[in-house]
Amino acid sequence: MKLVKVHITLKEGVLDPQGKAVQGSLNTLGYDNVKEVRVGKYLELTVHDDANIESEIEDMCNKLLANPVIENYSYTVEEGVAQ
Amino acid sequence: MKFAVIVFPGSNCDRDMYYAAKDALGEEADMLWYQEANLEGYDAILLPGGFSYGDYLRSGAIASTSEIVVQLREQADKGVPILGVCNGFQILLESGLLPGAMLRNKNLKFMCHFESLNVVNNDTLFTSKYEKGEVISIPIAHHDGNYYCDDETLATLKENNQIVFTYQNNPNGSVSDVAGIINEQGNVLGMMPHPERAVEAILNSDDGLKLFQSMLENWRERYVAGA
Repeated sequence: MKLVKVHITLKEGVLDPQGKAVQGSLNTLGYDNVKEVRVGKYLELTVHDDANIESEIEDMCNKLLANPVIENYSYTVEEGVAQ
Repeated sequence: MKFAVIVFPGSNCDRDMYYAAKDALGEEADMLWYQEANLEGYDAILLPGGFSYGDYLRSGAIASTSEIVVQLREQADKGVPILGVCNGFQILLESGLLPGAMLRNKNLKFMCHFESLNVVNNDTLFTSKYEKGEVISIPIAHHDGNYYCDDETLATLKENNQIVFTYQNNPNGSVSDVAGIINEQGNVLGMMPHPERAVEAILNSDDGLKLFQSMLENWRERYVAGA
């Protein structure tokens, strides 16, 4: 089994109101050195070993996990725990 | 004229949509569960608002992978009118039937109130009964209605006159005040405001009724007048 870790982030230039609110809260708490916060998503996929795992993950990201209009994605493939 | 209203798990404006077509407009309408729907033989397809699949992942994302979207694409290619309102609009965006994407409202709040819209393009089968530049009052009810597309897409939308409705007082941060857009072919309209909630004066506005009347008039001109 493989463990795929997918990170999804908003593209540069796409407004992130949620990130702005989190940044505002951090500043309110006194963390004045926080200049920007961008909120994203993190997914863990446990998948069967497959030679095409990388192209499959990219397909999944493009078709569903990320919206290419507003989001970028990156991923890593690690050894997973056999189940 | 026969309307299909597609019901997804989590749709909550499906009955309003049905009421608008059946009672306010006085035409035939069926509510179709998304897994069993056969869209052949319908004159128009209505995608209602709501929270399909609880807005998991992104609004409309999970619904856009369902089999019904394959049928939607076929009907769209054939020129069948498709109206997506609110979550219906989000599903059209996520499935690529319309360009762009939805972001969370700029103020992060769910908003539910009437908005004044400009009818920017009345040369569509959905808006022919409005005057160009007419200001209409239609309610919004959404959390993710902040329309986004890149500059290139926006320029194309403007060039092709695909922006159909804009907000007078942009409530959610949408680029260029976009409230509703149509595809290039002119038969797929997506909009965040709810025309189906404004079809009788007792609902505080009947400005939405003309949208359904436009669809009916267009259908009659195409299919009945020539028959």
